[in-house]
Amino acid sequence: MTCPAPLCYPYGAFPVPLNGRMSSETKRIEVTLETLTDSVALAEAIALRIAGAAGFSEDDSHKISMSVREGMINAVQYGNGQQRDKKIVLTFELTPEKLVIHVLDQGPGFNLADVPDPLAEENLLKTSGRGIFLMRAFMDEFDVLRGREGGAEVVMAKRYPASRNSDPGDNPGSARRE
Amino acid sequence: MSFKATARESGGATVVDLSGRITLGEGSAMLREMIRDLLNKGQKRIILNLGDVNYIDSSGIGELVSGFTTVKGRGGEMKLLHLTKKVHDLLQITKLYTVFDVHSDEDTAVRSFH
Repeated sequence: MTCPAPLCYPYGAFPVPLNGRMSSETKRIEVTLETLTDSVALAEAIALRIAGAAGFSEDDSHKISMSVREGMINAVQYGNGQQRDKKIVLTFELTPEKLVIHVLDQGPGFNLADVPDPLAEENLLKTSGRGIFLMRAFMDEFDVLRGREGGAEVVMAKRYPASRNSDPGDNPGSARRE
Repeated sequence: MSFKATARESGGATVVDLSGRITLGEGSAMLREMIRDLLNKGQKRIILNLGDVNYIDSSGIGELVSGFTTVKGRGGEMKLLHLTKKVHDLLQITKLYTVFDVHSDEDTAVRSFH
């Protein structure tokens, strides 16, 4: 299968055979990324590929990959403060019911309750502060935890579409068009 | 598709045809420079044609807001033209659709400047 750069999984063969069918066990993919702007696009591309391979529609795959992009922007710019030596751990867990994504940085962490509402009148014309709002809007579940060794850990999940099991002819690695 | 921005004159306004992605690391910085250059040249009636912009993230949204407020602060107006569905939906959920002056027709957008 071929796909246009930069949307290809960058490390050759895809690490887990995701054929869009239900599995009783959780599959886990973990990637450690440097604190670089390029890591944001890389994470987005990986997420798009995993979401498509897991059976999400093109629209949902877009929402999932964009949420990963926003989580990565948050980790690069605010969490790790653009310090390249700090790492970001991006984890995808394909459970039987949903795709769970973790974005863990090495920053000071933050409380979700302290994040201003970008829809408030006084914040509408601010030039930043919409990333968390978009993740919440695009995913079914969203939370920010304190990492076990510090840092902020964004955890978000998207449930598989109901039609996921009914089409065994899914093309692995492609987002299904609906 | 990499980000591109080309400015042209239309009925006394400057239309900036944008294509590609407006995201952190791609189009955001270029868009900021383009708007700044236009303002420095005295062009204060600016229309951003987003018809070929297929992706925008929170950084890109922030850049549109920044452009809007910067142009307004210099006594000008910035309008948006030809939103794709993805960009339209993003501006809707972020409540910015009603903040920007959005048009689906270039002639109407050009005539809308006061």
